[in-house]
Amino acid sequence: MSDYRVLPGPEHFLPPAAASMGICLPNPGEAHINGVIAPEEKAYEEAARQFLMAKVPTIFPGPLVLWAWNEKAAKKATAVRHLFNTLVECVQPGQKPMLIPMPDYRPKYPKINPEVEINPNHPNLTIWHNRIDCCMFIGVHCHQANLSLKIIRGGTSCYTIAMCAQAGHEDAMLSFRDASVEKIMKLADTVKRLKGTVQPRLASAKNGVSS
Amino acid sequence: MSKERIQISEDLYDIMPSDYQDLVKNATYGKEDRGWKDIGTSKELIEQHSLCAGCPESMAFRYILASLPNPEDTVMVGSTGCTSLVFPMVAVHNIHSLFGNQNAIASGLKRALSVRFPGRVKDVVVLAGDGATVDIGLDMTLQAWFRQEKFTTICFDNELYANTGGQESGLMQKGFVAKMAPVGKLFDKVRLPEIARESGCHYVVNCTVSKPSLVEKVIRNAVHIAREIGPTYLQLYTPCILEIGKNSMEGLQEMRDSEKPNERFAYKEYISEPAKQLLAELAAKDKERKAAAKQLAGQASA
Repeated sequence: MSDYRVLPGPEHFLPPAAASMGICLPNPGEAHINGVIAPEEKAYEEAARQFLMAKVPTIFPGPLVLWAWNEKAAKKATAVRHLFNTLVECVQPGQKPMLIPMPDYRPKYPKINPEVEINPNHPNLTIWHNRIDCCMFIGVHCHQANLSLKIIRGGTSCYTIAMCAQAGHEDAMLSFRDASVEKIMKLADTVKRLKGTVQPRLASAKNGVSS
Repeated sequence: MSKERIQISEDLYDIMPSDYQDLVKNATYGKEDRGWKDIGTSKELIEQHSLCAGCPESMAFRYILASLPNPEDTVMVGSTGCTSLVFPMVAVHNIHSLFGNQNAIASGLKRALSVRFPGRVKDVVVLAGDGATVDIGLDMTLQAWFRQEKFTTICFDNELYANTGGQESGLMQKGFVAKMAPVGKLFDKVRLPEIARESGCHYVVNCTVSKPSLVEKVIRNAVHIAREIGPTYLQLYTPCILEIGKNSMEGLQEMRDSEKPNERFAYKEYISEPAKQLLAELAAKDKERKAAAKQLAGQASA
């Protein structure tokens, strides 16, 4: 097993792909936390804890849930909104949950508006601008998610969670696999259950986002 | 039709940036008689672009995107150059090819789309600069025409390599001195429209983009003919105002001056016999459609 751990950055300008450092993807029913395979139940707890600790916990829904391609996508969108509403209910004063879309993947020139969207080619801009210290990707195609997660790990200290519909992401600090409406709802339930038990890192979050 | 297929998830609608909301609500996908007159009253298929202020290429882009008959089922193939800075801002499927490869990519794409979607009309439109079309990509351009590939090739002719500082291109006029071509062009502008005709293109037009209605007409003709009969080619003058020493507001006049009789962009058109027949059929159908609509409107008001 690799000694390498997928930790919040800034790692350096071009961090290695976690896969190249020996990090493996979880099997069905498992997740990974910092690159170490863990039971999915533990990952729900850890993800909820990270959300509740963060000053600006943020969900980044991608095109696979933002656009109602089919009934399943629309249902996932509803679940994402439920998770966000749960976060809003469960955080303490001073914490500011955000829901920022990644509508598509084109490199946007001359600029993006980091207040209203995130672009996979320079996700760090949105993270820096909003001082996001914990985020979750959902509904982002794998190759774009990997690219973004690596950029985020390279240039920011944001904690990254991937709610992946496929086999998971090594480059996230915590990754679920086989994401479904049920899993998103279960994460929301876990957040609700842990409400009030986790101390937010409000003071230290001032320095949480590196630029 | 794509506009019905692509909808924003209701629960996340409010967080979508307004340009996407506008695109879903007010764009002209699927509108049968879409054209340049929609500009200003509907959402255009081009968002902010990064071209220079007053660039005629930006006008050309807007007119072309407003005129495509079937944008939801069109794939545009671009190449390296100023156009490649615009494509990320365009709400039509597009592919960026290697410099000069655009007609080869489009050939494979068109064939693949015909196999994948046999019952659906899928248009392919190549849009590249003169360097990609006539110099670096001439082989691919000509071979696609020889093979009678069914797609439209549009060349934005600005008569030099504008994006890299003004080097000489095959379409530069003889004697022209550019920043990176100080001795002046030694040979004539390549006569690609004539070559296109001889290479098997069924519809060839050489013009400027000073008149939106004309651009609309030639785009629609070129796409319809390419869809049914064979390759079509449009050479549109989109001068680079920076490289020819003009100001932002002088691009339009430059095009008007260049399209006067006997000038190099005086309107020239070639239509093959089968293409003429197709255009006549389309015109007849259009007339019928308008007459029926008029009759319907008359009945409704009576």
